[in-house]
Amino acid sequence: MSNNTKFTGQSFKSVGTRPLRPDGLDKVTGRARYGADIQLPGQLTALILRSPHAHATIKSIDTSKAEKLKGVKAVLTSADLPDKNKGDQDLFDILDNCMARKKVLYDGHSVAAVAAIDAVTARAALKLIKVEYAILPHVTDVDEAVKPKAPLLNRKCITQGVEPTPKKASNVAKRTEFGHGNTETGFAEADFVKERNFKTEQTHQGYIEPHACVASYSPDGTAELWVCTQGHFVFRQQCAALLGMDVSKLRVTPTEIGGGFGGKTHVWAEPVALALSRKANRPVKLVMSREEVFRASGPTSATSIDIKIGITKDGTITAGDATLRYSNGPYVGPWAMLGAMTAFACYDLKNVRTVGYEVLVNRPKTTAYRAPSAPMAAFAVESVIDELAAEIGMDPVEVRIKNAAKEGSQSSYGPVYGPIGIGPTLEAAQKHPHMSAKLGKNQGRGMACGFWFNFGGQTCTDLNIAPDGTVTLTVGTIDVGGARASLSLIAAEELGISYEDVKAVVGDTTSVGYNDMTDGSRGTFSSSMATIIAARNAISILKERAATMWEIPVDKVIWEEGHAKATGKKHGNLAPLSLAEIAAEAPNTGGPIAGHNELVADGAGVSFATHICDVEVDRETGRTKVVRYTVIQDAGKAVHPTYVEGQYQGGAAQGIGWALNEEYIYGDDGRLQNPGFLDYRIPVCSDLPMIDTQILEIPNPNHPYGVRGVGETSIVPPLAAVANAVSNAAGVRMTHVPMSAPRILKAIDSAQD
Amino acid sequence: MAQLVSTKINNDPIQFVCEPQEPLLDALRDRVGLTGVKEGCGTGDCGACSIILDGTLVCSCLVLGVEAEGRAIETVEGMADGATLHPLQTKFLEHAALQCGICTPGFLIAAKALLKNNPAPTEEEIRYALAGNLCRCTGYDKIVRAVQDAAKVMRKG
Amino acid sequence: MAEIKVWGGLRPAIGGAATLDIEASTIRELLRKLEEQYPDTAPFIEAGIAVSIDGVIYRDSWGQKLPSSAEIYLLPRIEGG
Ligand code: FES
Ligand code: FES
Repeated sequence: MSNNTKFTGQSFKSVGTRPLRPDGLDKVTGRARYGADIQLPGQLTALILRSPHAHATIKSIDTSKAEKLKGVKAVLTSADLPDKNKGDQDLFDILDNCMARKKVLYDGHSVAAVAAIDAVTARAALKLIKVEYAILPHVTDVDEAVKPKAPLLNRKCITQGVEPTPKKASNVAKRTEFGHGNTETGFAEADFVKERNFKTEQTHQGYIEPHACVASYSPDGTAELWVCTQGHFVFRQQCAALLGMDVSKLRVTPTEIGGGFGGKTHVWAEPVALALSRKANRPVKLVMSREEVFRASGPTSATSIDIKIGITKDGTITAGDATLRYSNGPYVGPWAMLGAMTAFACYDLKNVRTVGYEVLVNRPKTTAYRAPSAPMAAFAVESVIDELAAEIGMDPVEVRIKNAAKEGSQSSYGPVYGPIGIGPTLEAAQKHPHMSAKLGKNQGRGMACGFWFNFGGQTCTDLNIAPDGTVTLTVGTIDVGGARASLSLIAAEELGISYEDVKAVVGDTTSVGYNDMTDGSRGTFSSSMATIIAARNAISILKERAATMWEIPVDKVIWEEGHAKATGKKHGNLAPLSLAEIAAEAPNTGGPIAGHNELVADGAGVSFATHICDVEVDRETGRTKVVRYTVIQDAGKAVHPTYVEGQYQGGAAQGIGWALNEEYIYGDDGRLQNPGFLDYRIPVCSDLPMIDTQILEIPNPNHPYGVRGVGETSIVPPLAAVANAVSNAAGVRMTHVPMSAPRILKAIDSAQD
Repeated sequence: MAQLVSTKINNDPIQFVCEPQEPLLDALRDRVGLTGVKEGCGTGDCGACSIILDGTLVCSCLVLGVEAEGRAIETVEGMADGATLHPLQTKFLEHAALQCGICTPGFLIAAKALLKNNPAPTEEEIRYALAGNLCRCTGYDKIVRAVQDAAKVMRKG
Repeated sequence: MAEIKVWGGLRPAIGGAATLDIEASTIRELLRKLEEQYPDTAPFIEAGIAVSIDGVIYRDSWGQKLPSSAEIYLLPRIEGG
């Protein structure tokens, strides 16, 4: 398999064009069905009771009054969702997050749930549930949590990855380290060394569609679940495991998804909906409110990062060192590790060391958010590089070009790079008219680079040719932003037919084999690989059928431009057979024609971006506005360039929001103060300028068309690009994100003192 | 006590029953079946539930169902004329002004309301008119361009 | 004999070294021998180890061949958003 998925450098007819997407019409007419739009006969409404405390022991839960309320059909606590995970810690954490067991670990942690005939009754029932808590001391700040006297979230938490194993429990769940060379020698060779601490606040993916599902459990032990998810196969595995069901007895149908960005990669309330349905013996619909989405789903880590970088006068970085503390919520994850892997990935460094600490705090369980953990690390590193460039009097782009990683460089996370695009994005930035445009009063310009890995993973695709020659493509990866259009283009390209003759659909868990979720920018990368191979498999059948129709040997048949053509002196005069003509004869030549493929699509290429940002800072109020923004990123090959641009622009906008406004604010009581879009302010239309994009195409050698993932990298540079721009405009280095107006004002004021 | 509400929705006479405290958003979605009207927040902050009520753009999550008595409602479901899309719908598709699409019905309605009052808005006017609608996917660039382009087409009539 | 490099986090489990000598022709064989020779790596293998072959990261492909001249680098298995 690996041989025929290499990049060949072929030219394209369909790939690279910009047709309308197949699911677009339903979405502009209101017909598309999202998670909350599913309606089943006899469906109940479910609501969840959540902890008002950041940290407390649950002494007792009395549900008797709620159960007696008219119209209540089921009340559920953790007793109804026992631990069946046989020691799998990740699954246990997900279960405990779905329904707290002995302790609540954050404000918003679920403790009980009800299913009732309507929302009014369900709300009344929640009020009748009596929970007795013994409140424990809490800690929400990442730097506070690592202090020796900090309240402990988990008394069994011994730091992993430290030799010798610590004897005392702490909130540091894990230490990881990456790097090579010797940073001490490196710093000794430097002419300038800069050290700084940076902080970033916790943000939420902020998808506009709250989590929603409808669960229907049948007394025969089978169940169905409709849900907005980034991975319906993963949801099926997790729900089945948590409920003790056979995986194949649970059918999960993905609805359209109203944004996910990593936040819909594991289950939050779906097992609760299924368990309620099992108990009530009725379908149950569970839709989170926006407040619940903020308090109890999602967020990314809050971080505290120490950076030390050394540079020579001529601009060579001699060493880089980073210590990264990432909040994980109450359960350990890979978050600081990802920060540690990506921090210096743009650069070719002789001496580099990064150390990550996973820190437990009384906040919701940290979840992936678009290129998870990379934006914060890039913010810290790219800020210091800018400062050092100024110190040695070198242009910031020039310094980065000088140190950029290239093919053959050892990456800061370990392996040697293949062909990569960081250098070309920097050179494009240097030449971009944005870089030389005049700045106005109180304006500043900043630029920054970013890196993300991209993944492949398990993929399964079905391609069926209908009797009229049109094609149905059934994929198992969720379409979060135009993948059906891209995959149709790819099927059309490979078969040599027109885009309009391909219809791509996302199949439910019973209609195709297992697929990993759409994360790590893998959707288009891996499903396109499977689609290409499925199409090639179909073509070999089409050739056989044509040979049968012509009564000639199959080795005399080739496939070209959507037609079977006979070759050789003897048969060359036969008129080519179109796909439709061959399909029409299928009943007589061997039955239906299909291509099928399942694979592990490994070899996703790494991706790099460079962003340029201009801001205007009001020195009186600290208010900052982005006035111009440019994204330059390597796509490998842009299958549908409009959607690639859309990914670039969307990621940049999310990063800008993170840089300037968005943050979780906790009170001293450990409660989230701003669980709503009014106080957690994501960028609105009037906050942003147009976002210019430039797509570079440096083919991924491990994909037949050269495709890399494009979805995530675009969120990595903005924190740093905006911070560098603000620092240049305000004349003071910003080290705390978001750079809200009060923080900027404070920095300006303290610089003036 | 539930009440009977008589309205005109997308030009059709429609009656529905709803509780006095029930938001119009819930009534439209759950009782009339117009699930093109989306809920992103329920507190008036995201605009996904935008409708036009007697000619005025409102968040249907902030209006009570019973307040719709005797009034005319326009939702995304009524924008196309049969199989012919409204120019805004066409331009949203052409410009790829949607990724996930959950915000799209709200943006279409808000843009429709804008262009009715101001057929030739500047970029800035468009950005402020749509500032009540959140989109997390697109960064707004393509949405603004789609509205500009639709306005041009509509001016030509 | 292929020299296998490992990320910093795994080093304590293999006695502190930055590289390993394991004779293996596929990812499957490499991971099996890793666990046999260094039992402390078991939890890491369970959590998932990715293998980079000349810079291309393989997360799930046991059958992948390890060319003798290739740079082999063990990394933690990672996930995205
Ligand atoms: S749902 Fe009405 S404004 Fe958000
Ligand atoms: S397209 Fe997803 S929120 Fe706008």
